[in-house]
Amino acid sequence: MSVLNELYQQVILDHNKSPRNFRVMEGATKHVEGYNPLCGDHYTVYVKLDGDQIVDVSFEGAGCAISKASASVMSAMVKNHTVAEAEELFRDFHRLVKGELAGEEELERLGKLAAFAGVSEFPARVKCASLAWHTLHSALNTNETSISTE
Amino acid sequence: MTASDPTTLTEEFHKLLRIAGCRHHFPLLRQSVNGKPLVYFDNAATSQKPQAVIDAMMRYYEAENSNIHRGVHYLSERATQSYEGVRVKVKAFMNAADTRELIFVRGTTEAINLVAHSFGRAFVKAGDEILISGMEHHSNIVPWQMLCEERGAVLKVIPITDTGELQMDAVPALLTPKTKLMAITHVSNALGTVNPVKELVAMAHEKGIPVLVDGAQAVPHVRVDVQDLDCDFYAFSAHKMFGPTGVGILYGKKKWLDQMPPYQGGGDMIRSVTFARTTYNDLPYKFEAGTPNIGGGIGLGAAIEYLNELNMDAIRQFEHDLLTYATEKILAVPGVRIIGTAKEKAGVLSFVMEGIHPHDIGTILDVEGVAIRTGHHCAQPVMQRFGVPATARASFAFYNTKEEVDAFIKALDKVREVLG
Repeated sequence: MSVLNELYQQVILDHNKSPRNFRVMEGATKHVEGYNPLCGDHYTVYVKLDGDQIVDVSFEGAGCAISKASASVMSAMVKNHTVAEAEELFRDFHRLVKGELAGEEELERLGKLAAFAGVSEFPARVKCASLAWHTLHSALNTNETSISTE
Repeated sequence: MTASDPTTLTEEFHKLLRIAGCRHHFPLLRQSVNGKPLVYFDNAATSQKPQAVIDAMMRYYEAENSNIHRGVHYLSERATQSYEGVRVKVKAFMNAADTRELIFVRGTTEAINLVAHSFGRAFVKAGDEILISGMEHHSNIVPWQMLCEERGAVLKVIPITDTGELQMDAVPALLTPKTKLMAITHVSNALGTVNPVKELVAMAHEKGIPVLVDGAQAVPHVRVDVQDLDCDFYAFSAHKMFGPTGVGILYGKKKWLDQMPPYQGGGDMIRSVTFARTTYNDLPYKFEAGTPNIGGGIGLGAAIEYLNELNMDAIRQFEHDLLTYATEKILAVPGVRIIGTAKEKAGVLSFVMEGIHPHDIGTILDVEGVAIRTGHHCAQPVMQRFGVPATARASFAFYNTKEEVDAFIKALDKVREVLG
């Protein structure tokens, strides 16, 4: 597979073209704005919590294919998980895009997130891939209403 | 001689030919990136350096390095001579009237900050206005915003048209009795527009308003004559005109510089210091506190000599042809929209592709060996004006070729193949 196909995997292309949960959420428990001033990627991530259960996640905004697909895959993956599980996924995802995951087993555990493995070859794009995750993390853990990657 | 004179035509042809043959003067361009020959189209961010500039700086550090303006010894005198010799070259390069009107700075940004601080301190008070344009780089916006905030002054903006030109008919009404300075870019870094600076200066001067010109993007592409433009300040950086980073020039008319207080205090800018009182040095040293970037200055001198050899008018012609060629080619790529379609442009092709974010374009082009800039180009108000979050920008220098444009266009096909 060429380095480009590794970055722009089918999962990413698909989620970029038809992002899941791409909508403003009414009655969200929390929403946080995430901004990457370097490239202009700009999203708002919404979460609805029931106790420590994430019952709904959505996002809206604009940005590159990597950032949009990442937000979309993230929204699909953390829904119906606990906050603690989402946080663990975030940590794994972070290691994945930094190229720090150990082996095939770990990759398998990540499911669709594994599609972002190619990002580690493009250091300039790590922030694109992580933007939505950082925004969600902030929504789940802080009182911030906006975050910036710079 | 007229244009139809065969002698002239031959001379013109030879000038262009000399430019076409100069690519090998730039060692960096000989490399491959990701297994593809490098196509460097990020010249508006910074230009590459010819061997002559690299050698001049190396020679300085190997044989002349010493502090200037203070030593009685041989090396210090030599370094001083070399450094001050650059001021003379700059004077000829931009046709300044006097070397005392040329101040060495770190770059365009520092030059503008110098004027904002010093001119601002001397002349701008509450209720006054500073006039800029809608196509300025952040470095010609933020210093004025900071000044306005500090002084209670107001920042006014000349709007830009859909083609990316200044709305000239809006200018007279914006030049009011309260306007203390107009600060305007010569060539837009995000759009490539060449502004009618001479005309703008005349309009401002009619009302007694001085004008600062941000020349960062102009000096590598067009012949600059500050006396002909009649501007009051002109700022540029060496690194965008094939010289090193960390050095640039502020040109200022003596009548203004004389009335302005020093920007920074320190060595070199003083005549005498006691704890009771300090008297300042004469121009230009009044504005040159501390040991300057001597090696960088010498690199700037070498860059000017290099450009003189090539001839700025021939460079302008050569690049015009290249930009026209690239514009025609890119318009044939489905889904491409050019941002900035002014009649007079220099060196810049800013564009977006339907449904594809500029950042993705940049990554795919990079894999194909083509270096462009993507993002807001430090001109966020321009992006807002055109309703785009970012653009992809190919920017050219005289060492670029039509073959490179072809490789760039082919790489855009790859973008559509991957993401279209």
